[in-house]
Parts: sequence; structure tokens; C-alpha cells
Amino acid sequence: MRHLIDIMDLSIEELDEMIAVAKDIIADPQAYSHKCAGKKLATLFFEPSTRTRLSFEAAMYELGGVVLGFSEANSSSAAKGESVSDTIRTVGCYADIIAMRHPKEGAPVAGIRRSTVPVINAGDGGHNHPTQTLTDLLTISREKNRLDGLTIGLCGDLKFGRTVHSLINAMSRYPDNKFILISPEELRIPEYLKYETMIKKNLEFVETDDLEAAMPQLDILYMTRVQRERFFNEQDYLRLKDSYILTPDKLENAKETLSILHPLPRVNEISVAVDDDPRAKYFEQVLNGKYIRMALILKLLEVA
Amino acid sequence: MIIGKIEDGIVLDHIKAGQGMRLYNILGLEKLDCEVALIQNAPSQKHGRKDILKIDKLIDLNIDAVGFVDPGITVNIIEGGKLAKRKHLELPTEIVDVIKCKNPRCITTIEQELPQVFRLTDAVNKVYRCKYCESKAK
Ligand SMILES: [Zn+2]
Repeated sequence: MRHLIDIMDLSIEELDEMIAVAKDIIADPQAYSHKCAGKKLATLFFEPSTRTRLSFEAAMYELGGVVLGFSEANSSSAAKGESVSDTIRTVGCYADIIAMRHPKEGAPVAGIRRSTVPVINAGDGGHNHPTQTLTDLLTISREKNRLDGLTIGLCGDLKFGRTVHSLINAMSRYPDNKFILISPEELRIPEYLKYETMIKKNLEFVETDDLEAAMPQLDILYMTRVQRERFFNEQDYLRLKDSYILTPDKLENAKETLSILHPLPRVNEISVAVDDDPRAKYFEQVLNGKYIRMALILKLLEVA
Repeated sequence: MIIGKIEDGIVLDHIKAGQGMRLYNILGLEKLDCEVALIQNAPSQKHGRKDILKIDKLIDLNIDAVGFVDPGITVNIIEGGKLAKRKHLELPTEIVDVIKCKNPRCITTIEQELPQVFRLTDAVNKVYRCKYCESKAK
């Protein structure tokens, strides 16, 4: 029995296999519509995250399975002080597979200790969110037909953005990728990621604060939000925030083949005027999230 | 300085000067009812100054905790007034209930009965990370 807690739990071969299955589902969804008939997915959301939960639920329904669960902690046993491990063990008596989200970091590791069914980490605080990374990988693979030899710009909050950290980790496993890390000085990637991953693995990367200057080189632009509360003072925030908002004029020198991604929800970091640009792929990314979750459920349930 | 001779017990020698009290706390030696001596800044051939801990009882010592503090510490087991065994240590790959995770967002802060597990992720720089949240041990 396998769980998915961290994207690095999956080998490159497994990632490639799941991406291939997701593409096959997209090509012929009918062929998969009864694969999980009679199976139940429990969505245990100890903190609300409507879009992630709906993505898992839609994925299970499209496989012909059913869904049960809760969407916030105060309606659950956690509110009565039950441990995550006990909740998982109990729910494992009712469901064939579990997707859990929890505000505390490491909750899934604690939760799987006595689990009798596969558990998917649907986000643990600011720590891991592997199905978001799977979504990003499927999107890049569909847009570029490969996951290597790409120049990937990551823009915005690179310090606290967990989706950025795990995308760097995942893409660093494929050869010849180059990373351009675009952020204000205050929100650069954490030292440990820089030294323990990027430098140790000899990755090609540059740090810059200039989005427009980096633009012409990019094959992928991964946008994230720069949040007000990350800054020590209001002046710094106001001074910097517009530099990291994507507008049509900043795309003037971008490649025709650029793909713009964003983990969503966005607030204002991508102007609505960009949505009509054919290079904007963030809503396709949402749809890809459902397909890759279908592939993941099939893999963990060992349904051929 | 003279500390009484041990009949049956443990001597932790070659502790880096200044680390003795930390080791005392990590091993929870305050909970013992036997004689315990902490000698600080003793002269040493190896490092100039060192700390020494003498425990006048053959306690069930957490060797991993000692190795975590400093693998250079020598563990001498004394039986019948004589050196029965000398152990040299290594950095343990995993330590359980030796230190606590300091990350306020870690699951261990709300589930106190979880074992506090840290794993060695970088032996060169002696980096241990929480098994749950992967925060670095401080
Ligand atoms: Zn922790």
C-alpha cells in the first residue's frame, strides 16, 4: 500500500506513468468512467479548501466512485481532541482511499502511522501540497511535450510559496532545466533550498528582481502572489507590488510559446486582461488538476 | 578537584567544554536519584578543556542522545570499580524523544503524545530534521 505525502515520494518513472495515464484519461474519459465503481474516497479537510476538495471529489465521481467526508475541523472529531491517526484509522473502515488537508505541518506523516488505506496529502499547512505539483507537472508536460530542457521563471513570493519550492524540487529531477527566480530581495527562496537543493544538485539558476528583463528567455512563467503581510512595512509593499503583477505590456517581449501558470486563487497578481492571451494556461491548469488526481487515485487504489 | 570513585556507573568523557550542562539536560539526569557529578572545564590532552559527567549507577543510557550532542564523547562503563567497556559513538541516523520540534506550526505542538522523531538529513553539516514537518533541529 502506498501513500502520497511528499512529491519526492514518487520516482520519475511513477511521475511519467501518472502523467501518461492522465493524458489517456483526457483522450478518452469514457474508458475510465467506471474504473472506481464501488470505491469510496473520503475527503478529510481539517481546514477548508473548497477548490482542492472539489477537485478530488470531481476526480472520484468521474471514475465512477463515490465521496464522503467533512470540510472543516469544527464539524469533525478533531474538534473533540481526537488524534489525526485515530481519525484516519476510523475513516479507513468506511473508505478505500483518503485525501486529507490539515493546517498543521507534518499532520499526514502522523496520520498514516496506522492507516489501513492509502492517504493522499491534500496540503499540510505551508509544508507540502504534492497534488498541486502533480498538476503543475501535467500542465507543463501537456504544453511543452516534455519536462526537461526548459527555462522556468518563478515569480513573486519565492520565500513562503510552498508550491514554488516543490515545483523546483520536482523539475530539478529532469535534465537541463534552468530556473529564473524573480522576486523582491525580501522574498527570495530560502537558504536551505538554495544550498541543499539548487547548489548541491548543480542546477542552473539566477536570482533577479526584474520580471521584464527575464521575460524573453522564459518557456514557463509560474506566477505567485506577493502578500502584504510578508513585508515589514507598507512602503516596501507598495513600492514593490506592481513589479510583480503580470500585465499585457510586460508580455510584449515574451516568447510566443510561453505558458503562464498560477496555482490559483489569484487576487491581482495577474491582470484579468492577460486571461485572453493564448499563453495564459492557469484555467487549463485547474482542469489538469482533476485529471492528474484521477490518475493518482487509480495508482494508489491499484486499479488497472 | 576530587570526585569520589565510581563502583558501578557511567563516565561520559571528552565532552566539549560548555556542553556538559546541555547533555545533562538532554539526558534528563535531574530525574535520577543516584549521585551525578558534572565537572566543567577539566584539563584535557585532546581539547585543552573538557566537561565530564559521572553517573554513580548503571542507568539505561540513551546512547543516541549522547551521539547527537557530540559523537566525540567517550562513554565509559564502570563495573566493580573497573572500566568494563568503552564505547565510541557515531551520529545517530534517528533520535526519538531527545529534543522537541520548535516549529509552532508542527503537528507535534497539538498532538503531544506523538513521539518526537528527528532524522539526520545532512551528516556533513550535522543537520537533523523533524520527521513530521521537516524543520531543522535547533
Ligand atoms: Zn516538527
